[in-house]
Amino acid sequence: MKRGIEKWDAIVVGGGLAGLSAAYTMAKNGLEVMVVERGEHCGAKNVSGGRLYGHSLEKMIPGFAKEAPVERKIVRERLALLTEDGGTIIEYGSGKLDTAPSYSVNRSDFDQWMAKKAEEAGALVITGITVRELYMEAGKVCGIRSDGDTFRSDVVILADGVNSLLAKQIGMKKEWNPDHVAVGAKEVIKLDSQTINAHFGLKDGEGAAMMATGYVTGGKIGGGFLYTNKDTVSLGIVTTVGDTEYSEVSVPEMLERFEQHPMIQPLIQEGKVVEYSAHLVPEGGKKVLPQLVKDGVLLTGDGAGLVMNLGFTVRGMDLAVESGRLAAETVLRANGAGDFSKEALSEYEILLNESFIMRDMKQYQNFPGFMGSSHRLYDDYSKVLDGLLSQLYVVDGKTQDDILTKSARAVAKVGLVNLAVDGIRGLGAL
Amino acid sequence: MNILVCIKQVPDTTEIKIDPEKHTLIRDGVPSIVNTFDTYALEMACRLKEETGGTVTVMTMGLPQAKKALKSCLAAGADQAVLISDRPFGGSDTLATSYIISQAVACVEKEKGSVFDLILCGKQAIDGDTAQVGPGLSEHLGRPLITYVSELKYEEAEFQGKRENDDGYDWIGVKGPCVMTVVKTAYEPRYPTLKAKIEAEWAQIQTITAESMKETLDLSKCGLKGSPTKVVRTTTPENKVKCIYIKEASPALSAGKLADILAQKKVMGR
Repeated sequence: MKRGIEKWDAIVVGGGLAGLSAAYTMAKNGLEVMVVERGEHCGAKNVSGGRLYGHSLEKMIPGFAKEAPVERKIVRERLALLTEDGGTIIEYGSGKLDTAPSYSVNRSDFDQWMAKKAEEAGALVITGITVRELYMEAGKVCGIRSDGDTFRSDVVILADGVNSLLAKQIGMKKEWNPDHVAVGAKEVIKLDSQTINAHFGLKDGEGAAMMATGYVTGGKIGGGFLYTNKDTVSLGIVTTVGDTEYSEVSVPEMLERFEQHPMIQPLIQEGKVVEYSAHLVPEGGKKVLPQLVKDGVLLTGDGAGLVMNLGFTVRGMDLAVESGRLAAETVLRANGAGDFSKEALSEYEILLNESFIMRDMKQYQNFPGFMGSSHRLYDDYSKVLDGLLSQLYVVDGKTQDDILTKSARAVAKVGLVNLAVDGIRGLGAL
Repeated sequence: MNILVCIKQVPDTTEIKIDPEKHTLIRDGVPSIVNTFDTYALEMACRLKEETGGTVTVMTMGLPQAKKALKSCLAAGADQAVLISDRPFGGSDTLATSYIISQAVACVEKEKGSVFDLILCGKQAIDGDTAQVGPGLSEHLGRPLITYVSELKYEEAEFQGKRENDDGYDWIGVKGPCVMTVVKTAYEPRYPTLKAKIEAEWAQIQTITAESMKETLDLSKCGLKGSPTKVVRTTTPENKVKCIYIKEASPALSAGKLADILAQKKVMGR
C-alpha cells in the first residue's frame, strides 16, 4: 500500500469552499492532504445564494477571477423594501464597488474549479463518500473511519457544512436553536444573457444584486435575494427557522410572493425555473459560535457558524475561504512543532480573532438579536416609505401637505416611539 | 479465472438534450458516466471472481479522459485497467472499434501469457444503442458468444449464462474462452468504499496505442478508413402523445373543464 492511504498529514471532511481552501493551502505547503466530499463532485450538494465577496480568495489565489468560473461581477446593489403591491427600490452603483469586487457564482462549477486547484496543489480529492465517523484515540481525533476502514491523520479539518454532524458527534456543537438558524429556498431561473442585461441595465459580464425585505416574508424575519448570473438569475428567500412556526406564510409561499411580486416579476418574466433547492443557513452570529478547536480537530465555514446576515448583505463564502485558510495555517504551524493538541491548535482561534472574520462578527454581534426582536424592520419600514413616497408622488389635484406633515403621517402609522427604539437599538447593535 | 470487462464512457443520458436543428446529442456540459450496462457486467465479473479467485481487468477505447471511467471501475471492484487510445482510432464505427479492441485483447493476452477465460460487455451503450461491439468482438476473436445475459454461473469448468429473450429465458452452457453481453442484473453494482476510491486514484492504467499492437494491427481497418458505416440521417423520434394544458381562471373552473373533457372522451360519466 502506498504512503498516505493509512496515514495522512491532514484529512479534510467536506469539499466546499472552506474545506478546499484549507486543502489548497496545506497541500501547497507540502502536506499530504485528503479531502473527502459526499457529493458526486465538489459543489454537487451545496446550496448557496451564489454571491462571493472576492477579497479573501484574492488573498489566497491572486487574480482568481480571471481563471475561475465566475458568472458576473456585481456592479449594482439594490435594496428593495416591498409592500404588497409595490415598494421602494434603492439602487447603488459606484466605482468603489470595484475596489473589492464581488461576483455571482454557480457553486456547482465554482467548487469544481476550487477542487482542481487543490488537486493541482497536491491534495487528493475523493468524492461520493459521506464520512459518518471520526477515529478517536484516548479522546483525541486521529483520523476518520469509513466502511470499516480507518484513515489516520495528524489532524482533521471539519468543513462539513451547517449541520456538521461530526462536530456534533464529538460535542463541539449543539443541536441548532431554531432562532439561530435560517432556512433558505432558492430558484435558478433561466433567461438569456441579453435579456438579463436589458432587465437590469447591465453590460456583458456585469451583474446586479438585490436584497428585499417587507411583504415577501409577511413581516417575519428574513428577506429575499436576487443575483444575476450569466444566463440565469438566482432568486430566493431566507427566513429564520424559529419564525416559520408562527408565520402564516410558508417558506415556498414566501418564495412565490417574491418572484410574483409586481416589482420583481417583470425582471424575470419569460424565465424558466431550472433548479429549486433549499438549505439551512447559520445566523446566530458570534454569541452562539460552537467550539472551534479540540485535540486533533478544527471546525470551519458554515459548520463553525461563520455567516453574517445583515439584511443588506449576506456573507458566508468569504468567511468560509478565510476560515479554511486560517485553519490550514494553524495546521502548518502545528505540523512544524509536531503538536496537534487543543492548546497548539487554539492558534486558530487567535488567527480568527485577528482576522476580518471575528472583527466583523464582533462588530455585528448584537445584530441578530436586534433583527430578531424587531419584526418591524421587516415590514413596517416598507410601509413607512410607501406612505411617505405615495404622498410625494400621487398627484390627484387635492391640496398637498408640506413634506414634514407627510413624513409625520407616515411615521405615525408605525409609531414614533417604536421607530426611535429601533433606531437606538439598531445603532447600539452595530 | 481471468475476466475482461469492456466498458464505454458515455454522456449521462438522464441529463441529455437533443439539438432541435442538428438532431445530434448536445454533449456540452453533460457529465460522463460509465455505460450503465457495463456497470452490471463489471459487478457480474467481480462476483464471479470472488467465487473463483483470479482477476478482473477493465478495458476501454477512447480519449485520455476515459481514464476517469476506468478509475471508477477500479474503485468498483476491478483489479487492472487498460486504455486503448491513439489518433488512428478516432472516428471508428462499431466494426472498426470491435476490431481494435480484439487486437488490444490479443496484445494484453500475449503480455500476460494467458487468455481471458471470459470477456463481458454491456449489451449496448446507452448513447449509440447499437449492441454491435460485443458480438463484433466475439467474431474478431473467434470465440463463442452469449448475448443478453442476466445471470451467470460457473460449474465444472463451464459457464452458464441466462439469456433473456422475448418469451422468457434460456440457460446456455459454454466453455471458455468466450464472450457475453450483459443486460440489467437482479443486483446493483456495489458502492465503492473510500479505500477503494483512493487506491483507484493511485492505480497505474496501462495505455495501448497503435504502436503497441503494430505487429498484427491492420491500420486500414481502424478509424474512419476502417468504418463502412455511414450516417445518412438522424431524426428525433416524434412525440406523438398530445398533451392538453388546462389553466382556467380558478382551480374550480379548471377542474370543471377537466371533468368536461373526461366526460367527452367517455373516460368518466358526468
